[in-house]
Amino acid sequence: MAYDYSPYLRNEKFPHIWCPGCTYGIVLKAIIRGLEKSGISKDDTAIVSGIGCASRLPGYVDFNTLHTAHGRAIAFATGIKMVKPEKNVLVITGDGDATAIGGNHFIHACRRNIDITVIIFNNFIYGMTGGQYSPTTPTGAFATTMPYGNVDPHFDINELSKGSGATFVARGTAYHAAALDRLVVEAINHKGLSVLEIINACPTTYGRRNKFKNPTDMLLWMKDHYVPLSAYQKLPPEKAEGKYPTGILFRIEKPEYSEVYYEMVKRVRSREKGGR
Amino acid sequence: MAKTIRLLQGNEACSEGALYAGCTFFAGYPITPSTEVAEVLAVKLPLIGGAFMQMEDEIAAMAAIIGASLAGSKSLTATSGPGFSLKQENIGFAAIAEVPCVIVNVMRGGPSTGVPTGPGQSDIMQCRWGTHGDHPIITLTPASVQEIFTETVRAFNLSEKYRNPVIIAFDEIVGHMREKIEIPEPGELEIIDRTKPNVAPEEYFPYDSSKGDIPPMANFFEGYRYHVTGLNHDMTGFPVNACELIHVEEERLMRKIDANRDDIIKYEEFMLDDAEVAIFAYGACGRSAKEAVETARENGMKIGLFRPLTIWPFPDREIEALAGRVKSIVVPELSLGQIILEVERTSKGKTRVEGIFRVDGDPINPGQILDMVKEVI
Ligand SMILES: Cc1ncc(C[n+]2csc(CCOP(=O)(O)OP(=O)(O)O)c2C)c(N)n1
Ligand code: SF4
Repeated sequence: MAYDYSPYLRNEKFPHIWCPGCTYGIVLKAIIRGLEKSGISKDDTAIVSGIGCASRLPGYVDFNTLHTAHGRAIAFATGIKMVKPEKNVLVITGDGDATAIGGNHFIHACRRNIDITVIIFNNFIYGMTGGQYSPTTPTGAFATTMPYGNVDPHFDINELSKGSGATFVARGTAYHAAALDRLVVEAINHKGLSVLEIINACPTTYGRRNKFKNPTDMLLWMKDHYVPLSAYQKLPPEKAEGKYPTGILFRIEKPEYSEVYYEMVKRVRSREKGGR
Repeated sequence: MAKTIRLLQGNEACSEGALYAGCTFFAGYPITPSTEVAEVLAVKLPLIGGAFMQMEDEIAAMAAIIGASLAGSKSLTATSGPGFSLKQENIGFAAIAEVPCVIVNVMRGGPSTGVPTGPGQSDIMQCRWGTHGDHPIITLTPASVQEIFTETVRAFNLSEKYRNPVIIAFDEIVGHMREKIEIPEPGELEIIDRTKPNVAPEEYFPYDSSKGDIPPMANFFEGYRYHVTGLNHDMTGFPVNACELIHVEEERLMRKIDANRDDIIKYEEFMLDDAEVAIFAYGACGRSAKEAVETARENGMKIGLFRPLTIWPFPDREIEALAGRVKSIVVPELSLGQIILEVERTSKGKTRVEGIFRVDGDPINPGQILDMVKEVI
């Protein structure tokens, strides 16, 4: 029987705003499957986003949802998590939202290792504003504001997250959608800041300018260029060139911020009661 | 905490007021001359089981307090000049999404980094119009350490009652001065909490104004799963493009404050009954003006003071009435002329309005005010 997404959707909000051929719908479904598998109730979960096509996702799902300002989702989510540390807090964000305007919040949330799951929809471009380049646009690729080919070096979200202190870093793609829900569950279950980068296709503003004839080409490109970590590690260097690993790329245990904070609270309060 | 008499700095009194009002979350970023508000709360919030966060910047701090408020905590941020500018986008978010929160702006000189350690009142228009778009705002302007305490409590109450961000704006002089204050016993001052919905989750709409302009507010994680956005939205909280609906909702936002102006606007009238000249002054200028009035009265001059404690919404009717009674209104302010524009506008040409402006980091003293009063009487 087909999977029933409707209990998790605000069904009356469809059709969605995403373009035909956009892979955000595929990813939305994977996130719903992951949320269901995590076993956490809808009432105990908050989903927060910034601004961008990706950031419209919370509107479509039946949770406590918050659509904020461009780049600021993680900062809003931090406030929620700090006062309700026992709740499940997810951030849905675009590559521009998370790593350009929101870059500062992103690296500091990683540094704190606060228990928030950050799912970055990386389509290598600014979709909502019509195809300007983003910090993840590959060097040489075309964008409305890089009409002669991108000269900016680009961020690698995996390295950026690790370098900033995230304790869980994973990557998936819209093509490998069947594997995504497991990554969502692992990211949610991880205690600490989890980053899940999901490679997405924006045929409307990226594909069109970068020689992808149609949306399918973009999915096939993902198929050819993204390989599971275990297989990736076995590739000889010449074959690994231009390929990227998927799966859980990095996972360590480190103290989680809200827990450390409230332990401090407990400590100073008991000292206070001790009459000091 | 029994009633206590203490010698406190203005900024410290602000923190005490926040705690009295039930604040359990503070997020901020250090900036002179507001820093002590954060420093006191960094000590005290953990002691009551609350949370203090020094964020990566002022934008994050403003965002975090909105998040915390949606999750059910009364929350505060404090800043000055450049930090206040950074918060503006998210202050607008709190206004349109109707999330209660309190923002302290200890005003210094500007523009830009300006005079970090000197007083200013030149953010007063930014308090009203700093963010983009039309939106309601409430701004309180205490002038003493005691007033900072009580107005901070009032700020939280108003933000909860009207589901709106409330700004407390005071200048560096008041923020850094030390005075004796009396901290009331718990229960002595009224504490207002947001009105919760009393309907089933399926029947709850976060912006349903059918029963009044201020819809009840459910917190996240209480079983009411709803959507919050900074986009213009309908009563369900979801974005709309229907022009008519946007207009109606925007008008409601403005009306929920305007129609309740009598509950929100607070001011002190000092020797105004028979006054020929009125001084309009708030914050540190209000203190100098009071002394000027006392001296003038000793010398037989009929001078009075109108000192607003709520500056937004502006006490427009009161000023119009005042303008009809006096020969002139004198407006001393620590800027090159901001709030005077509002006094001129609301006095509707019924009287002469004169300003005394100063932006060199020094206060306007009573003597300066008296000189101007003698000129216009
Ligand atoms: C302060 C601010 N600056 C700029 C914008 C305009 N803006 C809206 S979405 C967006 C880019 C979104 O790109 P990305 O985060 O990659 O998401 P996508 O639309 O590609 O999913 C920009 C620049 C804004 N809303 N706010
Ligand atoms: S512009 Fe791109 S990212 Fe946005 S909905 Fe269209 S295809 Fe998707």
